[in-house]
Amino acid sequence: MLSVSGLKANVGEKEILKGLDLQVGAGEVHAVMGPNGSGKSTFAHVLSGREGYEVTAGSVTFEGRDLLALEPEERARLGLFLAFQYPVELPGVNNTYFLKAALNSIRKSRGEPELDAVSFLRLIREKLKVLHLDDSLLKRAVNVGFSGGEKKRNEIFQMALLEPRLAILDETDSGLDIDALRLVADGVNALRGPERSMIVVTHYQRLLDYIQPDRVHVLSKGRIIRSGGKELALELEEKGYGWIDAGEQAA
Amino acid sequence: MTPTPAVEDIVRSDYEHGFTTEIESDTLPPGLDEQVVRAISRRKGEPEFMTEWRLKAYRRWLTMQEPAWASVHYPRIDFQSISYYSAPKRPEDGPKSLDEVDPALLETYEKLGIPIEEQKALAGIAVDAVFDSVSVATTFRETLAEAGVIFCSISEAVQEHPDLVRAYLGSVVPHTDNFYAGLNSAVFSDGTFVYVPKGVRCPMELSTYFRINARNTGQFERTLIIAEPGSYVSYLEGCTAPQRDENQLHAAVVELIALEDAEIKYSTVQNWYPGDEEGRGGIYNFVTKRGDCRGARSKISWTQVETGSAITWKYPSCILRGDDSIGEFYSVAVTKGRQQADTGTKMIHLGKNTRSTIVSKGISAGQGRQTYRGLVRISQRAEGARNHTQCDSLLIGDRCSANTFPYIEVKHPSAKMEHEATTSKISDDQLFYCRARGLTEEDAVSMIVNGFCKEVFNELPMEFAVEAQKLLSISLEGAVG
Repeated sequence: MLSVSGLKANVGEKEILKGLDLQVGAGEVHAVMGPNGSGKSTFAHVLSGREGYEVTAGSVTFEGRDLLALEPEERARLGLFLAFQYPVELPGVNNTYFLKAALNSIRKSRGEPELDAVSFLRLIREKLKVLHLDDSLLKRAVNVGFSGGEKKRNEIFQMALLEPRLAILDETDSGLDIDALRLVADGVNALRGPERSMIVVTHYQRLLDYIQPDRVHVLSKGRIIRSGGKELALELEEKGYGWIDAGEQAA
Repeated sequence: MTPTPAVEDIVRSDYEHGFTTEIESDTLPPGLDEQVVRAISRRKGEPEFMTEWRLKAYRRWLTMQEPAWASVHYPRIDFQSISYYSAPKRPEDGPKSLDEVDPALLETYEKLGIPIEEQKALAGIAVDAVFDSVSVATTFRETLAEAGVIFCSISEAVQEHPDLVRAYLGSVVPHTDNFYAGLNSAVFSDGTFVYVPKGVRCPMELSTYFRINARNTGQFERTLIIAEPGSYVSYLEGCTAPQRDENQLHAAVVELIALEDAEIKYSTVQNWYPGDEEGRGGIYNFVTKRGDCRGARSKISWTQVETGSAITWKYPSCILRGDDSIGEFYSVAVTKGRQQADTGTKMIHLGKNTRSTIVSKGISAGQGRQTYRGLVRISQRAEGARNHTQCDSLLIGDRCSANTFPYIEVKHPSAKMEHEATTSKISDDQLFYCRARGLTEEDAVSMIVNGFCKEVFNELPMEFAVEAQKLLSISLEGAVG
């Protein structure tokens, strides 16, 4: 599904990713953890094609395609989805309209017929139910005046609708209280399936109490320095990131 | 001043053929003097009072200065090099087929989904049959006649309803008003006349599109709309399809008069040829539009979507004379490439408890220059007057500019004024967010821009709003990057 090897990337003059390797198979959920400044968000942005990051070495293949050669919208149409750490406000742009345009552009690129307003509304109501969201959300402008929790849930709602092959959740837990966190996690879990892979980028272990990962990776100074099962996250929680860094220096 | 022989020929030919004969082509030679003004009036078979009216305007115009205060730049116009009268164009003057038309224009027609015959008409190619609009227009006329609404060309009105024309023409925009209004008054070619009788709600949206003889009304268009007490009319002007015109200078005058409890809604979509990438050949659109809320509780509402022309210079205004009268101005203006626009409104509060609303949305892309210029004046006797102004600019790219000049004059202590202004840029974050959801950059821009303009589009008649939205997307294609 996704294969990252030897990935190096700069922001400006500074090298942030220093040779990152990661393999994600179909249906797997991988957690990428690490302290602030370890390169977690950079990694998520490089995968989704954001400008301002210069890839200097390495390769990323997704569904057999050279991901790095594609524009952000082409990546999205291939089935890559980034749930933003800071969802962006689009004043005046109706949420339903936005979602319909996004879904139809993806369907069109796959040679599927575009959905008309009626079938789209039916679909959207179905998805709302799964995520226990209020449909007043649909009438509002994208993310405008949304609370932190609503923004994050809106991201997961978009994910439910666009049905990606690979979802990258960039610190989706940041800024959420425990109830909101549970709602988001429930949403994500409902979307797990044999055909859908996920990379959950997070600073804290607590999200992983709700979203159980198949693999946990620890990112430090732009490299994955340790990988393991979900018990690795618990161990991290107990001992702190210092434990990993110290271990690495000792090694 | 001795008239040129050609002018005399025209004058003579009028006598020869009578006033109503259609001569296929008669264009006055370039230049403007009293003989030319007389020739225009005579060619149109106007009564004496009209000729005198034009001459008075002409003489005054001679003493006037071309305004220089607008924030627009263009080469000096030589008013003696313009021909001030040309009858409807001969087919052989225009392009002979679509092959001869600017491909960029045709591409736009395609995107707007305009039928081929209409494309030809818009591009100035002679079309044999004027598709369905003849029959449509006839049906319209019958329905309107039943309601007592007069909807015709201003030339017809001068002939058929001289008393109305005499009473109202120039009563809102006098020939002394400004340089271009003076010029227009002297030489106006044709335009629209609407009269809605007392208590009548006009049974349909009036649009020049359905007025058969509206084509080639020329560069000096004159519009006069009169709404008698308690009446209502909605008038649509323009067309979303880009229109070409051989005449570079357009100086129109629009006058609206709303009597007691009457309401006039005037919507414009202006999409004249903006010129090529360097701005060459684009239209100069110097327009004077003004509405007079003459009666108590009357209302005049201007809605405009301005995307065309090389230079736009217009300020649709309201004089709120009647007590409790209402003025509104909703505007979306787009400047891209090398387009320049200096536009806004004037709300002159004279009556008590008068209210006005201004919503102006300016979008600037490429090297576009845009200025909002607005005046809100509350006079000494306008007790309880209120104004709300909202003025937003959206910039796309970093070579465009937007300026705002709000003038506020308040002479009554009870006035309530609100002014909000914002300037924003479409951010990289917004574009990336949209692209990460599978939308192209262009789709993203058009979505954000349409969201930005929503308040104004909501004021447009439904069909127009949909077209305007489409037009905006097409206008801004390639605006980013």
